[in-house]
Amino acid sequence: MTVDREESPASIASVTERVQPLSIGAPVASVHFLGEVAVFVGAEESVALVSETGEIARIAVHGGGILCAATDSARVVTGGDDGKIVAVDAKGGVSALATDAKRRWIDNVALHAEGTVAWSAGKTAFVRGKSEIKSFDAPSTVGGLAFAPKGVRLAIAHYNGVTLWFPNMVAKPEFMEWAGSHLGVMFSADNRFLVTTMHEPALHGWRLADNKHMRMTGYPARVRSMSWSAGGKALATSGADAVILWPFASKDGPMGKEPAMLAPLPARVTAVACHPKQDILAAGYGDGTVLLVRMEDGAEILVRRNNAAPVSGLAWNGRGTRLAFAAEDGEAGLLTL
Amino acid sequence: MTETTSQKIPVTVLTGYLGAGKTTLLNRILSENHGKKYAVIVNEFGEIGIDNDLIVGADEEVFEMNNGCVCCTVRGDLVRIMEGLMKRKGKFDAIIVETTGLADPAPVAQTFFVDEDVQKNARLDAVVTVADAKWLADRLKDAPEAKNQIAFADVIVLNKTDLVSKPELAEVEARIRAINPYAKLHRTERCRVQLEDVLERGAFDLDRILDLEPDFLEVEDEHDHDHHHHDHDHGHDHHHHDHGHSHGLKHYHDEDMQSLSLRSDKPLDATKFMPWLQKLMASEGQKILRSKGILAFRDDDDRYVFQGVHMMLEGDHQRPWKEGEARESRVVFIGRELPEQLIRDGFAHCIAG
Repeated sequence: MTVDREESPASIASVTERVQPLSIGAPVASVHFLGEVAVFVGAEESVALVSETGEIARIAVHGGGILCAATDSARVVTGGDDGKIVAVDAKGGVSALATDAKRRWIDNVALHAEGTVAWSAGKTAFVRGKSEIKSFDAPSTVGGLAFAPKGVRLAIAHYNGVTLWFPNMVAKPEFMEWAGSHLGVMFSADNRFLVTTMHEPALHGWRLADNKHMRMTGYPARVRSMSWSAGGKALATSGADAVILWPFASKDGPMGKEPAMLAPLPARVTAVACHPKQDILAAGYGDGTVLLVRMEDGAEILVRRNNAAPVSGLAWNGRGTRLAFAAEDGEAGLLTL
Repeated sequence: MTETTSQKIPVTVLTGYLGAGKTTLLNRILSENHGKKYAVIVNEFGEIGIDNDLIVGADEEVFEMNNGCVCCTVRGDLVRIMEGLMKRKGKFDAIIVETTGLADPAPVAQTFFVDEDVQKNARLDAVVTVADAKWLADRLKDAPEAKNQIAFADVIVLNKTDLVSKPELAEVEARIRAINPYAKLHRTERCRVQLEDVLERGAFDLDRILDLEPDFLEVEDEHDHDHHHHDHDHGHDHHHHDHGHSHGLKHYHDEDMQSLSLRSDKPLDATKFMPWLQKLMASEGQKILRSKGILAFRDDDDRYVFQGVHMMLEGDHQRPWKEGEARESRVVFIGRELPEQLIRDGFAHCIAG
């Protein structure tokens, strides 16, 4: 089912007039918050920091494409096709964390709450704690990295499964098998579930207590954006013409359950970001639309109209009072609730 | 299709058996003063002698797709690299993918069909195969990869021709033609070839099928089972017959690789042809390495073109038929143990009555 917004403009509440529009001036690949500073990571070379008052500062970070980015709310760390891993803080301070010895592309980066950084180049995943760098060679190119919420444990997604590696322990890494190419990976905040996005249009999940499989299929397109709701009760995803919301509240997760399909539009969902405190999510679409959606009943509020480039990133600040969004063409906005 | 196609970045896949001269050709492409910027995806970093910040190392990882299709494989690393390169759109004009000498070209080509994001941004321009004039005939006997690379080619660079005699050259060309009569063939020494002959060919735009070989039609009419053709680049513009070689060129039938071309000057019934083609690919796609076609459908003023790699097909309306242009349909298949009669009968059934 789809709803044509053009025909029913009165049927939806709108906060578009409260959005502060921004022109980043270059394609944006992802959006983050460092305190009250919104960080727009470009597709290449630089990131733009936008202060609470809307001043834009452009910071050069890479000598080429920016392939990945992650944040721990103190810094945004990016990896580039120049082989560098770079950290940017809210004041615009830049520090080079590492450079690949062979200048290979840095495909993935992940941050641990206690300051440990992980990245990957080709088949090799690296972890740098306080001092030394440790590495692990995956059986194939690393598709995604994620730290478990507890302990220093790194999930490495690759072809035919995920490897769970404790870089500070001698224990043999645990291999969780599932046929196919796994491109992104995420733990639930309570450490009960591990979910991957696959090359085919599907998610795969494991319940970590017993490694039970969860197949989440039916998407028309590859899932590129996932976000856990406050408290981890649900997982919101892109990849369909509606936000797909998988229920994770019960101990079985989504096994045997249907997902909720919220905010259907005649356009593909390209980015999702759940509110950090309430059961609300922000969804961005391939036609440029941004909506706020209440998970309980699917009620929608319009943040940005369509007829624009696809939304490439969304982020909430930690308190959940501000939403930043950006499109592939560098047009962006800030909404204060 | 024409407009969106032209915005997509052309991708040239460079194949060839070990030692044939791929790296020589690549270095030649990169060092020539053509004013174009290429992003190059290579297997061995060190071999390229040219400084280029858009050279990317690949791992040549072949992944099976979980879609129940046994021959449906893609290059997983290529999906990732293409995504990264798209961040630098505008910094290069075209992409060249070099494969290792032992690689099957199918997964590379299929990556450009099966992956939605790759397909949105890039189009396969041509598969260019570098072949060693001295050793190819031997490799065709003992290396299935070498035969696949010839069968897949849109353009064949027959290299090291200075190392063989004229009869030996004729022999190896005949061997190539027995496998793939449709590829454009260039004889070279040290891969000295005009770059426009290998790059941005638009070979996958398929126009070449109709331009190919002026005597194509007559031969087809005279022999209903002649589907092997000589390369007519070198002045052999006379008609030839399957078993009469007055001009001294040899004809071979390759034992396990064949090609088949079909033609109709009567329009096809789209409601019959498309389901037939899809069914054929689903059942016989493992045997069919490559398929291409230009189609004239009844009650349709646009040319329809398609191309396929194994079971994967891609097709679209290309452009309106031109005033005075013969509205004929032509389809070619290259594969192993092609079920010729099944294909001929099926095609005949699709001609609008």
